[in-house]
Amino acid sequence: MKIAVCVKQVPDSWAEKKMVNGVLDREGVDAVLNDLDEYAVEEALRIVEAHGGNEEGGANSVTIVSMGPERATEAIRKALSMGANDAILVSDAALAGSDALATSKVLAEVIKNGGFDLVICGTESTDARMSVVPAMLAQRLGWAQLTFASMVSVDPAANTVSITRTTEAGVDAINAKLPAVVSVVEKINEPRYPSFKGIMAAKKKTIDSRDLATVGVSAESAWSLVADSAPRPPRAAGVKVTDEGNGGNDLVKFLTEKKFI
Amino acid sequence: MSQIFILADFAGDKCTKTTAELATAAARNASVTAIVLAGPGAGAALAATVKHGPIANVLVVESADFATHGVAAAADAIAQIIAQKSPTALLVASHAYGKEVAGRVAVATDSGIITDAVDVAADLTATQLVFGGSTTVHSKVSKGVAIITVRPNSIEADLSDSAPAVENLSLTISDTAKLATTTSSTPPVKGGRPELTEAQIVVSGGRGTNGDFAAVEGFADSLGAAVGASRAATDAGWYPHSHQVGQTGKTVSPQLYVACGISGAIQHRAGMQTSKTIAVVNKDPEAPIFDLADFGVVGDLFAVLPQATQGVTAQKS
Repeated sequence: MKIAVCVKQVPDSWAEKKMVNGVLDREGVDAVLNDLDEYAVEEALRIVEAHGGNEEGGANSVTIVSMGPERATEAIRKALSMGANDAILVSDAALAGSDALATSKVLAEVIKNGGFDLVICGTESTDARMSVVPAMLAQRLGWAQLTFASMVSVDPAANTVSITRTTEAGVDAINAKLPAVVSVVEKINEPRYPSFKGIMAAKKKTIDSRDLATVGVSAESAWSLVADSAPRPPRAAGVKVTDEGNGGNDLVKFLTEKKFI
Repeated sequence: MSQIFILADFAGDKCTKTTAELATAAARNASVTAIVLAGPGAGAALAATVKHGPIANVLVVESADFATHGVAAAADAIAQIIAQKSPTALLVASHAYGKEVAGRVAVATDSGIITDAVDVAADLTATQLVFGGSTTVHSKVSKGVAIITVRPNSIEADLSDSAPAVENLSLTISDTAKLATTTSSTPPVKGGRPELTEAQIVVSGGRGTNGDFAAVEGFADSLGAAVGASRAATDAGWYPHSHQVGQTGKTVSPQLYVACGISGAIQHRAGMQTSKTIAVVNKDPEAPIFDLADFGVVGDLFAVLPQATQGVTAQKS
């Protein structure tokens, strides 16, 4: 089984983010592998490990697929050090400022031509937080969509995948024939820490860097345009009292004044 | 007058207030049609619950595929409706299902998409609060139908009665939308409390609860509030992950947010700092959460909350 895991390099969630010319400024901040994508990498590794592992030359493999600046190789190395086999990075100046539609188009093209059986994604990136790329990928590829999975099970013999979908709307059992697009929620597993051996091995693994022409898609004009952006003013300082036996009553008084009670 | 379609939002068999919020935004410069996706024979009853907000028409599509093929079938139906009726925009509730449906419709109709809008102006400029609510962005879809998902509880809904004209539309869901099959569905376990993302008031507990949420829940119930939790509390197994507020959990924007025993790590703030009013109870006077507080009590939540609960209950009786 060949699994593709889509990952994104994002600004560290602790970093202060700002907009420059209508897009997120990615230059001046620390960049890391999107937290939520680590669960996707982990789940892909667990699936291949349950079916004979992903030794070089074997039937199973996990390929990291990403779109971003050259610098995204740092995040990709982390996924490789966890145990993925290799990676494809689509990097092209024409893709700067791409939205989910452009991203899904590029990723779908790479996946379509990669001979994959299964794509696994995180549910969202911690920077844009749109949560739509997995659904868009399924639509573009014409593959089954099994998203927000808190459990994934693959049966290679039957060529099927089943998941438990967990959202605010409840819990669903969903199954499909492969190929399929799966996204996983963070409670699905505990991502492994890369071992020293894994980190050393990752340095030798291949990251296949491609531009748009190699992928075979053209850059599109944007589907949406940012008119303006501005930092929100900081909240005005509030009132702070120390509880000396009356703190609860003080809180009730405040809530009454504000008409919450 | 241009036409805007909204996807009517349901909790079980009842139309939610979110539907009226979508209609309110859409009606600023257009006639509003609500799309109701229903199981066979269930359309009329569902449509009858779409009775609040400025909705001129209801378009009912019945198919067994909506239950068995979920997001993909819904998106397929909506893309067909858009192709037939050419609305200028489609507004959908910003939750997992709504965003995924919108995403697929955007691809199918080659249209732009904006997610998590907190407001939509008459010219379809969407307002978003990004980077944990620290930055306001205004943007517009520039290609195709403007597909915008709107965060529940952000727009003040016009809840006046409406008597929309109901039209039934029959469609055949494409085979490519039937690749994944739902074999069973369990609705969320409903406590007596409101849904976290829709609640007017949210009371959340964190590390300071030490795993005992009784005081937090008691205060929440006195106010009719939803209960939230910080990642520290859900990771420790003290409260279900479904209640986690923050960057990797839910984003809430209630009228009132009460943070109890929560230090205010940036990940948590990202999920709640757009709340209209914020109150804080924390033992540590240096906790960063106090920077956001309109009203803060430095004190032990196990002393402050029971007293406050008693005070609220006394006032209400």
